[in-house]
Amino acid sequence: MSVSGVSSEERSDFTRLENRRLRQRSIALFLSLAKPFSWRIALSGVLVVLGTLTSVAGPALLAIGIDQALPALTNDRDWIPTLMVVGGYIASGIFGGVFISTYIRTSTRVSQGILFNLRLRVFRHTQRLSMSFHESYTSGKIIARQTSDLDTLREFLDSGVEKLISGVLYMAFTAIALIALDPPSMLPVVISFVPVFFFAWWFSTASKKAFRISRVYSARLIVQFVETMTGIRAVKAFRREEHNERTYGEQVDNYRYANQKVISLFGIFDPGLKLVANIVMAIVLLLGAFRVLDGGMEVGVLLAAVLYVRRIYDPVNDLAMFYNSLQSAGSALEKISGVLEEEPTVAEPSTPTSLEHPRGSLDLTAVSFSYVAGRPVLPALDLHIPAGQTVALVGTTGAGKSTLAKLIARFYDPDAGSVKLDGIDLRDLSNRDLRGSVVMVTQEAYLFSGSVIENLSLGKPDATLDEIEAAARAVGAHEFIMSLPDGYETDVNKRGGRLSSGQRQLLSFARAFLADPTVLILDEATASLDIPSERLVQRGLQTLLADRTAIIIAHRLSTVSIADRVVVMEHGRVIEDGTPADLIAGTGTFSTLHKAWRESLA
Amino acid sequence: MTMTGAVRDAQANTERPRTIAALARLHPYVKGSYTRLILGIIDAIAGAIVALSIPVVLSWIVDGPLTTNDPNQIFPAVGLIAGLGVLEAILVALRRWLVLKPGTHVDGAMRADIHNHLQRLPVSFHDKWQSGQLLSRAMSDVSTVRRWLSFGFVMLTVNVITLLIGFTMLFVWNPVLGSVFTLCALPMFYFGIRFDLRYRKLSRSGQDQAGDVATAVEESVHGIRVLKSFGRSAYAIDNFTDRATRLRATELVKGKASGTLALSLTALQAFAYATSLLVGIYLASTGAISVGTLFAFFTTVAVLRWPIDSIGFLMQLTIDARNALDRFFDVMNVPVRVREADNPVSLPAASGALVFDNVHFRFDDAGETRAATTPDLLRGVNLEVRPGETMALVGLTGCGKTTLTALTTRLYDVTGGRILIDGVDIRDVRLEELRTRVSMAFEDATLFSTTVRENVLLGRPDLANPVDEMTRERAETLLAQAIDIAQAEFVYQLPDGLETKIGEEGLSLSGGQRQRLALARAIVTQPAVLVLDDPLSALDVTTEQLVEAALRRVLATTTALIVAHRPSTVMLADRVALLHDGVIADVGTHTELLARSALYRHVISSESDEPRILENVDDERELDVATGVDELRAVDHHDLDSDRDEVVAP
Repeated sequence: MSVSGVSSEERSDFTRLENRRLRQRSIALFLSLAKPFSWRIALSGVLVVLGTLTSVAGPALLAIGIDQALPALTNDRDWIPTLMVVGGYIASGIFGGVFISTYIRTSTRVSQGILFNLRLRVFRHTQRLSMSFHESYTSGKIIARQTSDLDTLREFLDSGVEKLISGVLYMAFTAIALIALDPPSMLPVVISFVPVFFFAWWFSTASKKAFRISRVYSARLIVQFVETMTGIRAVKAFRREEHNERTYGEQVDNYRYANQKVISLFGIFDPGLKLVANIVMAIVLLLGAFRVLDGGMEVGVLLAAVLYVRRIYDPVNDLAMFYNSLQSAGSALEKISGVLEEEPTVAEPSTPTSLEHPRGSLDLTAVSFSYVAGRPVLPALDLHIPAGQTVALVGTTGAGKSTLAKLIARFYDPDAGSVKLDGIDLRDLSNRDLRGSVVMVTQEAYLFSGSVIENLSLGKPDATLDEIEAAARAVGAHEFIMSLPDGYETDVNKRGGRLSSGQRQLLSFARAFLADPTVLILDEATASLDIPSERLVQRGLQTLLADRTAIIIAHRLSTVSIADRVVVMEHGRVIEDGTPADLIAGTGTFSTLHKAWRESLA
Repeated sequence: MTMTGAVRDAQANTERPRTIAALARLHPYVKGSYTRLILGIIDAIAGAIVALSIPVVLSWIVDGPLTTNDPNQIFPAVGLIAGLGVLEAILVALRRWLVLKPGTHVDGAMRADIHNHLQRLPVSFHDKWQSGQLLSRAMSDVSTVRRWLSFGFVMLTVNVITLLIGFTMLFVWNPVLGSVFTLCALPMFYFGIRFDLRYRKLSRSGQDQAGDVATAVEESVHGIRVLKSFGRSAYAIDNFTDRATRLRATELVKGKASGTLALSLTALQAFAYATSLLVGIYLASTGAISVGTLFAFFTTVAVLRWPIDSIGFLMQLTIDARNALDRFFDVMNVPVRVREADNPVSLPAASGALVFDNVHFRFDDAGETRAATTPDLLRGVNLEVRPGETMALVGLTGCGKTTLTALTTRLYDVTGGRILIDGVDIRDVRLEELRTRVSMAFEDATLFSTTVRENVLLGRPDLANPVDEMTRERAETLLAQAIDIAQAEFVYQLPDGLETKIGEEGLSLSGGQRQRLALARAIVTQPAVLVLDDPLSALDVTTEQLVEAALRRVLATTTALIVAHRPSTVMLADRVALLHDGVIADVGTHTELLARSALYRHVISSESDEPRILENVDDERELDVATGVDELRAVDHHDLDSDRDEVVAP
């Protein structure tokens, strides 16, 4: 089985080789992200070392103060050692402060820089990926890759790495300081680290498991919550409230117990460490006290040793947490690198043929296509559409009409054969030329948050207000736009719940009008319009389509009235092809359909 | 000491009262947990005292046995320290155990409450709120409150008390030394609090900007077809880059602020220590204090380090919790407008006569900006659908057809007039009963991520989980029948047939397939009244004809209101109601209306018959007078005129 791209996401049964490949992929991604910041990363490393050093100096200075400066002052009225200790303290504070603050700034630059670059990289990449990817990889997943996975990574970068470095260094320097000050005091600490290691290991394993369970339950909560709220009409109409309340209540309980489990693990680990620290401190104190009595140790040294021992266990908690955050960051990177590994199946050519003045003639030659191997939707299609012709595609669901439209818009590439615009294969056109010439409007009229103007000008970013209004008038959307609270400035998503599906379709039509393409594809773009609106749209279309190529798919045969030609499809083949008048006059499928439709209008 | 108090009081004047009042709203959720919380705080205070008493014993060891060279006293003294150490650990464990339940209990109760409340809020509320906004309240805001309650609140209380006791002890060790340290420590509180105020603003704008970035991501994914089709990926990338750049800028400022704080805190702390050390050594050299006291003083200062460092962070947590609670109660305090009747009446077991009696409706946010110019969406709808009759509802896009159908199951409540079923005002009927009696299918068919079977049997939980063999058989029959009528046989071809799980929001099915499932769902409940909102819009002609033929059998015995855009759907109906400008402009059979109403011909007929509209305007005028909607005449005709203009213009 393959682990390339996103195919590995649903699996957990990897062989060792596959695991290694996934890990390498994640590490490679991380290294490539870190590379532009290498000198900054090195700098922050140095700063952390220096900063930790200064913060470890405190108790040692205290010991010198009590053991040397104090007697010097008491006995010889000698202020110099005291002032040196005090000066050392202040210097350590100032240097420490500078190191730490510079470190924080540098590391923020690094982590924000890495996140920013990764964000853009993933965003661009998803925009590049073909429709086949977007249609199989659910929208929820691709959004999660760009939001929650990046958050995980951010947590790791912001606190994880710093915790690791400063934690390890802190322990190391504290240990060194303690050894320099009084080696025997280090012995109980060293011995205690054997149980502490196993304790921490137990904790990070157990908490990793508990965290994972809690994440599973929280994901389930989210899914149910979102479904209920987005489908609230159906929930209410079919009286699902009590059922939902029950199931949601169960999920809440599960999540609560999972959380309790996580928190109780901390509830054991945290006081456990405290217990070890306090007992070791008592042992160091006991041994030290007898040595002070023997004269083998100064009181100040004992104080410093006790302070060091109290502090040396502080980072253990952080290290255990680091291990967890490393794990989650690893799995996030694994998924993100998977998406980045996906290649667009419909790629832009490296040396595109330029299309200076598109006229809009389309040639489909021996085109075959299948979504699933072995089940062709289009077996072998030939179709020539001269420039400027308006073609109506007719046929039952599954005849391959929408597939044909997607091939002409190059959402997909054919498995065999070719689709040519003005004699140039679509695969040889730059995205700019292709998208400037061919525009497809579908049934789902998606509106972005923002004003009506912003949504319409998506069709033509530099459009003037007059042009926008003209386009809206042409499709008969002007009146209802003016009736919105702020007219053209109305935010469509704040009130978008209130725009009817017909109104949304009108806006998406106006957008296409504004784009002014050479080839316009309309896939069920008028399904939700009422008849007068549809009539207006068609009237507008007749003007618009006068000198351009159009392919119109519609269930309602009224569209046929504006078509120059009708193509009837069945099972991916063209079964009838001719002018509307000829076909209606004939005895074929279209003639029958049209009769039935005429009768339904009576 | 008094100075510290003063600083905290100053802080209190600006923030505390409002924040405390805001946090007090937690009371109903915490009610059962106060004992545990209070015990937890007492436990934490005991822990703080134990931690602070370790230096006392240490100083006693230094000044006692270590000075007098008495080894016999060392064992009991160190034993005492070990005992205190063990006790401290036990107290921490106990505290965590005590506050564990209150925290997670409040968390669970709030989560369930907000979900259940939201479900009961009317659709008009959901129109205005995006589900992401609601989700962040139910998930992250509730978690923030939980963390605050079981950690922030307890630690804040404990740390403030620890600081009070600790600083008092410093004074008791030596008033001079205590004053010196306190004076030097004061600026730390100042910087901490100042940082807090600044950081709070930064972190809020950071959160908002992160939300903007997330929105850009969502829209780029959901709108991918539009972006691809228009070749506007570059535009989306620019927009996204803008937002991401803004977020990064804020985060960098945040980093800078944290850096500055770290600099001032580290330097100030070192300065306070150094000054105390200087004074301490001097005092010890003159014999004013013992070495043991010096020892104890610095160990106490070490214990106080974390409480001092943490105050700023805990304040931040408290403010966060307060904001989270505000956001939570924003939603919880929205009243459930569509309320159950106080003394519900049962619907008679009659055949389902549906009457709209002078029904008015406006969205409660309609005309917020142009109050004077926005009339009600529905202004006096009068319509009677007789038992067993099928009524088609026809009108222009955006005229309120969908809203009118939503009123029948109280997805919205009328703002004037009333709706009667079999003579009973629907507001007097229990919602459950009303929605059992009236069944709906929506144009945008919402499916849930569960099996096809459960989706279709959504309104019949009794059949979805049959208790005995008879019900099971009945369920199968009804299911098969509904699927047959809705022409949804494709479900049998799905990988697991009826047991196939429908993917994310049912997106793996085509629009037409989803509509057919939604239709089957409405039919299977066998309602007295069936309300269908343009249920066939996504079907192709052939399928539509099949569905219509099958629907006729159902509709023969069921009262139905069907929103229709196409003549073919109208043909299903016995009579047609024409909704225009917020009133029913005319009711009659399709043929009657075609003959007498220019407006109807305009709306429903695909023939281009402008000239006839012109000829018939006069008839229309008479008709209005006849139906007695005088006051609307002016508006009506103005609109008709403008319609005519449009139709003629091109």
